[in-house]
Amino acid sequence: MEFFLQLLIQGLSVGFLYALAALGFVMIFKSSSVLNFAHGELLAIGAFIFLVFSVRLNLPIPIAFLFTLAGTFAMGFVIERLFLRPLIGEALIEVIMLTVGLAAMFKGLLLVIFGGNLFNYPDFLPKALTIEWGAITIPPVYVASFIIGIIFLSIFGFFFKYSSQGIYMRSVADNQPAALSLGVHVRRVFAMSWAIAALVCALSGIILGIMNGINVHDISIMGLKVFPVVILGGLESIGGAIIGGLIIGLLETFTGGYLSTSLKEVIPYVVLVFILLVKPYGLFGLVEIERV
Amino acid sequence: MEDNILLQLNNISVVYSDVIQVLKGVSLVVKKGQIVSLLGSNGAGKTTTLKAISGLLKPENGKVTEGNIVYEGHLIQNSAPEQITRLGIIQVLEGRQPFKYLTVEENLRVGTATRWGKPYKKDLELVYHYFQPLVARKNRLAGYCSGGELQMLVMGRALMAHPKLLLLDEPSLGLAPFLVREIFEIVKRINEEQRTTIMLVEQNANMALLIAHYGYVMENGKIVMEDEAKKLRENPDVKEFYLGTAASGVLKSYKEVKSYKRRKRWL
Repeated sequence: MEFFLQLLIQGLSVGFLYALAALGFVMIFKSSSVLNFAHGELLAIGAFIFLVFSVRLNLPIPIAFLFTLAGTFAMGFVIERLFLRPLIGEALIEVIMLTVGLAAMFKGLLLVIFGGNLFNYPDFLPKALTIEWGAITIPPVYVASFIIGIIFLSIFGFFFKYSSQGIYMRSVADNQPAALSLGVHVRRVFAMSWAIAALVCALSGIILGIMNGINVHDISIMGLKVFPVVILGGLESIGGAIIGGLIIGLLETFTGGYLSTSLKEVIPYVVLVFILLVKPYGLFGLVEIERV
Repeated sequence: MEDNILLQLNNISVVYSDVIQVLKGVSLVVKKGQIVSLLGSNGAGKTTTLKAISGLLKPENGKVTEGNIVYEGHLIQNSAPEQITRLGIIQVLEGRQPFKYLTVEENLRVGTATRWGKPYKKDLELVYHYFQPLVARKNRLAGYCSGGELQMLVMGRALMAHPKLLLLDEPSLGLAPFLVREIFEIVKRINEEQRTTIMLVEQNANMALLIAHYGYVMENGKIVMEDEAKKLRENPDVKEFYLGTAASGVLKSYKEVKSYKRRKRWL
């Protein structure tokens, strides 16, 4: 029973981590229909920027954290401005291939600058975050992942549901010509979605870095994890990204705990196949509203 | 130039994808506070004319290649829609185009994009005042609303932007006759009560000429006729070809249709 609870909590916190990473992916897809193949690299960049601020420059952790968020947010804008904007109006496949290129470029740059070694953050999470409950011990990083996940997912949930800027972003995703006709600044919305995506990627990159250490290859591989999550949840749904993230997180930890650690990587995909057989748009994907 | 001119198109030509010429020298004038209607058959270039004004040609790879568009002293041909909408020109697209996955009220809120951050509660009330049926649908996804509700929704959405010039593209499309009457009544009230200048593209020439002050008739990318709406309604050619009430009451032969065409070239 203790083992089960331990796995449950760990699974949920891994799930929130995936959900956060998937949120960025869904944002970009929702607003501009672009599948971002450089997603894992955005995670890695976030993790390394935090590494630079916290270790190399030795800034206090909260400040390093804020700087990382601000820096990646700005970086998202720049990426959109430099690489994506010139391709507005071109075929979607070209834009998607561009993100494949971006992935290679970012990864290469990180390897040139930092090399392929494993780095670690200093142990800065307060011990008070550890949960000890009878035989169960949850390391602080899982608790932190849980908390950060819930905080940021609700912030973005409210942002999209109630704020004007969030509604404009959804309107662009919904019907671009109509949004243009009402004066919604579509290019700004694209830039905004890249900026937000880069920011949440940095968040999940940092958490991943604390969990497993920071290595260019390991973190950018995590970008692939985003695919089962978003396909399961439905590509357009932020709620779906959260549920999908939690399901994949739980599945992974339970398979890892009860069956074997090597099955861990495979089982999520197997379940994904079965869910898609029943719900081809994913659990919360948009089923085209058609009034006949 | 007269003071009460809001918008002036001077001999504009529009070309799509560098090859397809749709407008061939269109000139028209819209006076402040009026309803101006633009009539014509399918493919005459009415929608293109509206899009040239609102800047929505650009995303469709269209361009104003000749002539200019003057709006309140600004030259706006080929400007981006974000700029043109901020000058107070809002186009209501043909075929309604709601944001399907947003609720009715969220749809209306998108109308505040040109003045982001300003209060909008009063405007919501105003829209609900003109379009009563929307109140009950407030929290429903727009994708599940009826055609009439959607037409009200997209017009209300445009109204949220405080337009000085509202471009309406076929508001009567696919609506039941009594709804068409209701919509046109509201258009007229908005024009009178909000002092919004309106440019109305319509197939339903009868209705359009009833509420309009001035009318233009387009054929093949050109303006072929213009006059005050009252006079246009009396014009025998317009009567026959757009209002469906030929003076004689009998269908004319094709020979005479041709003679009409010939006459038009003179205009």
